[in-house]
Amino acid sequence: MTISWLYIGIFLVVSLGLPAVAIILAGILAPKKPSLEKSMIYECGVETHGETWVQFKAQYYLIGLVFLIFDIETVFLYPWAVAFDRLGVFAVLEGLLFIGILAGGLVYAWKKGAFEWV
Amino acid sequence: MILDQVIFLITALVIIIAAILVVSVPKMIHAALWLILALAGIAVLFVLLQASFFAVVQVIVYIGAIAVLVIFAVMLTRKAMQDDGPQLNRYSVLAAAVCLMLFVVLTGMLLSWDGASSLPVNPAVHPDTIINLGESLTNPQGYLLPFEVASILLLAALVGAIFIGREHRAGKEEE
Amino acid sequence: MNFLSDPVTFIGNWLTGLVANLGIPKETASAWVTGVAVGILPLLAMLWVLVLIWYERKVIGRLQDRPGPNRVGPFGLIQPVADMLKIFIKEHILPAGIDRIPYNLAPILAVGGVLGMWIVVPFSATVHGVDINVGALYVIAVGAIGTLGIIFAGYSSNNKYALLAAFRVVAQLISYEIPMVLALLVPVLLARSMGMNSIVQAQPVWFILIAPLAALLFFISSIAEVGRSPFDLAEAESEIVAGFNTEYSGLKFGMFYVGEFLHAFTNSLIFTALFLGGWQGPGAEQFPILGFIYFFLKTVVVHFLGIAIRGSMPRFRIDQVMQLNWKLFTPIALAAFSSAALVEKLATNWADAARIGIHFLVNMIILGVVVLIGGRVFRARGIRLDALAQRNRAAVKFSMEKSHDS
Repeated sequence: MTISWLYIGIFLVVSLGLPAVAIILAGILAPKKPSLEKSMIYECGVETHGETWVQFKAQYYLIGLVFLIFDIETVFLYPWAVAFDRLGVFAVLEGLLFIGILAGGLVYAWKKGAFEWV
Repeated sequence: MILDQVIFLITALVIIIAAILVVSVPKMIHAALWLILALAGIAVLFVLLQASFFAVVQVIVYIGAIAVLVIFAVMLTRKAMQDDGPQLNRYSVLAAAVCLMLFVVLTGMLLSWDGASSLPVNPAVHPDTIINLGESLTNPQGYLLPFEVASILLLAALVGAIFIGREHRAGKEEE
Repeated sequence: MNFLSDPVTFIGNWLTGLVANLGIPKETASAWVTGVAVGILPLLAMLWVLVLIWYERKVIGRLQDRPGPNRVGPFGLIQPVADMLKIFIKEHILPAGIDRIPYNLAPILAVGGVLGMWIVVPFSATVHGVDINVGALYVIAVGAIGTLGIIFAGYSSNNKYALLAAFRVVAQLISYEIPMVLALLVPVLLARSMGMNSIVQAQPVWFILIAPLAALLFFISSIAEVGRSPFDLAEAESEIVAGFNTEYSGLKFGMFYVGEFLHAFTNSLIFTALFLGGWQGPGAEQFPILGFIYFFLKTVVVHFLGIAIRGSMPRFRIDQVMQLNWKLFTPIALAAFSSAALVEKLATNWADAARIGIHFLVNMIILGVVVLIGGRVFRARGIRLDALAQRNRAAVKFSMEKSHDS
């Protein structure tokens, strides 16, 4: 493992630990007076009606899925972009075919209304 | 060398514990959260194998997209916050026997491989790993066909999911 | 190299010398000093947030024809310190029924996900945290951790409005990652490398002149990623209460806002490194301190632009946000990247100026087609971006009228 990733590891530990330390410090400094009214869930000032679940809306899941597909596609394109000098024009056309197939998918999603109402 | 081994052991322990917790915690949403920890551990393993591109892609795709999708799916079903009954069903003994058999077979295979008892040789970091990857992805004698087929597979997944998930609009009121 | 031309490296070498004098070999001493420096960087970034908060409040105030904070200290400079002290001693109210560990982890992830980006930023020719060869994608990966923090916050609050708001915010964040990652492909393509240092070094001509469309898309997507106006439906008071951080109080609530301010500045840093040539400028290689000053000035200009946009545009609705992304930005990003790849390959052997000119021309052509022709064609045919919603509104109205008549 190269030393760079060790530094990144140290940095991430510190950058996650610094807010944690700050929050713990604030927790020590702050007053603690829990009461019934303070610990009720906020619902515009009235008591909570019903359980805490959300109406199923398939749109959120579909957006997540379309995002996943395009994320994977873009991640495939990164090595292609980095190796650009060694590729011929044919390879560029292959990459454009890859993008084109998924652009077709985007058009399908558009037409079928996957992007409405979220 | 010794630091690599220590980090590997700690990471492996974290991944195994997180994976066991994924399948054994009662609430599904907690299972999704432990899954995120297991995936992050795998990203650390990629770094240990000098594959920094794959470590970063693991975080972007698995943790940033797939884990988010799993959490969406879990939270959008009704019983996300409740327990779902006993964790074992009536095939648990058979499943435990199969797992034990698999463990015995794998351990036997690893013990007979001489690489398991010597220190690992760090793979030489080729300076242009990513360039080689990009080249081989578009090489007709390389991985071009799987590359293009992957895009068709992604298209199929997209079309299938949208077809299954779209709302039937007859009489549905606007949100 | 003396102190004035490269202070950070000078101090680093001096400290390494100090440690090496204790008998430790030079490489280990240097590694230790670098490790300590890497550990201090988050602290510096968090202290810098205080200055950022003051700057933003002043600029927003002036945009709204009022002076901004000017009572606490000269020009209001001590205002953020006063705010920080106040929020430190506020009570952490824990609502009933929360899930303890994700609830407490969420603000930490939200801030940690932003701080993590600072390690790959090349501040000057000799000063950068770590030079990994996948720096550009690392920035995106760390951004994904921030998104996770928001999901944790919304879910663990045991409040259905917080959950709903968290869903909408996360849908917005993940949607805008796509044009951002696609627009990020263009500097990676032009520099043939994913490392941030390599991208900065490949910019004797700034990439914003070669790929203005990609720069514009990256800028707008990064504003949407932070959740600032006009994309700030997550935290607008007239939206779902206070959004996903309704049930947070005290410093945990403050951490979300610290994270947002820092994220805005970090996005300006990344944008400057990717498109405005980072530390490049006259004399930046001989005197690295000059490189740092150029970088800082460019970042401040970009950050000011972001604040100006925040202070002057009305808010988008969630469906407008989504349709803008998927129906406008993603196709433009795909087109910009494809055209950049084609032009770059077909014009490989041309002179530099000719190639840059062709890139710029193609970008302008795409922009012109979309803005002028595309808009007219769509409007002429009566197609709006939300055509389906329009049809359904009409259908609902029609059925309501029918039921009134019968």
